[in-house]
Amino acid sequence: MKNHTTKLLVIGGGPGGYVAAIRAAQLGIATTLVEGEHLGGTCLNIGCIPSRAWIHAAEAFEKVRHYAADSPLGIRVESPSIDLAQTLRWKDGIVARLTTGVAALLKKNGVQVIKGWATIVDGKTIEVVSDGKDTELLRIGCEHMLLAPGSQAVELPTLPFGGPVISATEALSPPSLPKHLVVVGGGYIGLELGTAYRKLGAEVTVVEALERILPAYDEELVKPVAVSLRRLGVELRLGSTVLGVGAQGKGLRVRDAQGEEFELAADRILVAVGRRPRTGGFNLESLQLDLNGRAIKIDDQCRTSMRGVWAIGDVTGEPMLAHRAMAQGEMVAEIIAGRRRQFTPAAIPAVCFTDPEIVVVGQTPDDAAQAGLDCLHAQFPFAANSRAMTLESTDGFVRVVARRDNHLIVGWQAVGRGVSELCTAFSQSLEMGARLEDVAATIHAHPTLGEAVQEAALRALGHALHI
Amino acid sequence: MGIHVIKMPDIGEGIAEVELVAWNIDVGDSVVEDQPLATLLLRIARDADLGIAARIEVEGAGNADAPAPAVAKTAPLPPVTPAARAAARTAMTAPPATKHAAPAASESTVRPPGDKPIASPAVRRRAWDLGIELRYVSGSGTAGRITHEDLDAYAAQQVALGHAANAGSPARAYASGTGYAEGHDEEAVPVIGLRRKIAQKMQESKRRIPHFTYVEEIDVTELDASRTRLNDTRGAQRGRLSILPFLMRAMVLALRDFPQINARYDDEAAVLTRYGAVHIGIATQTEGGLMVPVVRHAEARDLWSSAAEIARLAEAARSGRATREELSGSTITISSLGALGGVVSTPVINHPEVAIVGVNRMVLRPMMRGGTVVARQMMNLSSSFDHRVIDGLHAAEFIQAVRKLLECPATLFVE
Repeated sequence: MKNHTTKLLVIGGGPGGYVAAIRAAQLGIATTLVEGEHLGGTCLNIGCIPSRAWIHAAEAFEKVRHYAADSPLGIRVESPSIDLAQTLRWKDGIVARLTTGVAALLKKNGVQVIKGWATIVDGKTIEVVSDGKDTELLRIGCEHMLLAPGSQAVELPTLPFGGPVISATEALSPPSLPKHLVVVGGGYIGLELGTAYRKLGAEVTVVEALERILPAYDEELVKPVAVSLRRLGVELRLGSTVLGVGAQGKGLRVRDAQGEEFELAADRILVAVGRRPRTGGFNLESLQLDLNGRAIKIDDQCRTSMRGVWAIGDVTGEPMLAHRAMAQGEMVAEIIAGRRRQFTPAAIPAVCFTDPEIVVVGQTPDDAAQAGLDCLHAQFPFAANSRAMTLESTDGFVRVVARRDNHLIVGWQAVGRGVSELCTAFSQSLEMGARLEDVAATIHAHPTLGEAVQEAALRALGHALHI
Repeated sequence: MGIHVIKMPDIGEGIAEVELVAWNIDVGDSVVEDQPLATLLLRIARDADLGIAARIEVEGAGNADAPAPAVAKTAPLPPVTPAARAAARTAMTAPPATKHAAPAASESTVRPPGDKPIASPAVRRRAWDLGIELRYVSGSGTAGRITHEDLDAYAAQQVALGHAANAGSPARAYASGTGYAEGHDEEAVPVIGLRRKIAQKMQESKRRIPHFTYVEEIDVTELDASRTRLNDTRGAQRGRLSILPFLMRAMVLALRDFPQINARYDDEAAVLTRYGAVHIGIATQTEGGLMVPVVRHAEARDLWSSAAEIARLAEAARSGRATREELSGSTITISSLGALGGVVSTPVINHPEVAIVGVNRMVLRPMMRGGTVVARQMMNLSSSFDHRVIDGLHAAEFIQAVRKLLECPATLFVE
């Protein structure tokens, strides 16, 4: 057995883990990162990045087909087609470029990267079994252990993965386009991928147990997405329970809200019913850390219940977002370097890349009411925004929520094409403690979607100009 | 609609002073007929007993159908007298026409206590580096936002005050800072209403009475066993008993031999009045503060009657419905905090009484009995006496009599 010691040991090379390692190394901490699969984790390899690429390709293809069907813009295209193998090569190219980039950054900053699966021995020691030719066990001792193992797709007992039943990972690298895709789960992952498949030409049915899609978002925000799904021809089966794969190993047996059982045609079934913290399979349970549900319980400095053991990212529970993990990772590195830090952001933005996109930052009117805040809120529709008209996407709105007494902005929400990029302004205004007057008095470039942000603030103040 | 002045109505004879304790309405509220506007505390002339909270309602303030007026109030409010009649400074003004206009934001930079400080990420980060808790820093920006300059000013102030370790250079903060920020906020809380009444009573008692406190430990193993048995067999029908009714019974019996302890002492007239009745005051914590409702004629009550009366009075006191009679006239007082009773206390006598019995926590302790160590339920009684009229010997003998009665529960029921 070989031995190796380090000051900081990071388990998991996803966005949280690699950022923590880079920052720690920058601060002069001897850092070792252990990753069993690919650097970049879920986000770069099988999550955010490939799905955004996939969605972009689907959008581009749909746009061309839209033009082929008598575009009002006067563009004429003859029967477009898509070479799926090339699309996947392009997507994989982006992923490869980014993951190599991460490896280069780690190397540049002096992080020692070890490829292999970690097994926890105790709070200061792990063993790594390399998956290469070298089968010798490597034992790593550390002063600080940072757990960043991420999360994994939740499997349904009635629909185990395998055969036609796939997770988002397989859905992002399909061997061919299915004729009919059934998506189980009307959350953001299911709808993002379902929409993309529909735009690429597959028949898509979404089965959701609740009576509405995107249950994490309020109805007003979801409405434009529901309208768009209908327009695209995505079939929604709400209030329906999944019973299992159909008789011939194809299709999906479902019971609808009326209790009627039937079989949905499907040659591929995407299960996207959520993700759960990856806490099993590497002897984590031996540390007997305090848990918060299925997640590792942490304080506002990402400390677990064991001294010297830290946890960041999806393994610590919701919201499972890469940018949260990165901020946590950076913070933990700085705390280990002796700086005083806390994870107390004003808001963690959440974006849903459906068509149209949804952005939620800070508190919604309902959140604020539940928190006992006396708030006012106003929304400005993209139908009154000139840039939205030129983009052929006037669905949606920007909404601002602010305290009634001092007009401090406590939340922004938006739904519409391209609103994910407005997120930057939203988050910054919350972090800076902006009041409605601050946003209302800032000159926003014309013509941009951002004008709707200013107009929402103006409207909350009672004097919107363009509505 | 103009300003509507509400005068303090004549409450009745013998009212020396009326104190406005709390407003039941806010600025901008609409009021209707029969709606309580404020809570008043009345001081009754020549009666030093605990005051009674009373509500006054306004008459003729318009009816529900008419456009409701808004109320503006001024604060703080000094005590007012009915003689002045211009007492209540409540004015009514027409509501501003805000229905469609934008609500005006307050320009105040004062952050309400408990509100999260507003500061940019850079300011937050610098505050962490400096070891400064932002909630102690006042913000000069809009909506109370804390700027870099506010942080500089606070840090400079810390240096000036000699707290350089936490406010100087980051390096020094790391080296010697504790990580805990100093608190420099203060809040002036007016002592009014019941709290003022309690303060006066306590001061009166401690200033006039030379207290001495005598503590004895009582073996309540058998008493507690009897109590448990009674609760098991009769608790369902007659109600559950705490230790207090037993103690009251023991006091009633012991006081027969020590009449000078069941008494009230008027030191100005130099008269000690002994009472045949045993009216036991029960010190009771209420939301507003300490109150002492009185179990009258404890000598004529059995365990369950005492228990029921204690429960009834405690509820009345806590809900503010206790009458003046129920809150005055005790001849001796018990102070008990149950499980929070501690080991020893030094109770303050309920002036003009001359004794108070404090009950400490019941706890299982190892005790020597017949040469071996055994586990016994022990409970201390900490009792204070007025040394002007009660000698140490008599106080000790009284408490020993109580102890003997409690240690042999059967004797509690022997006449």
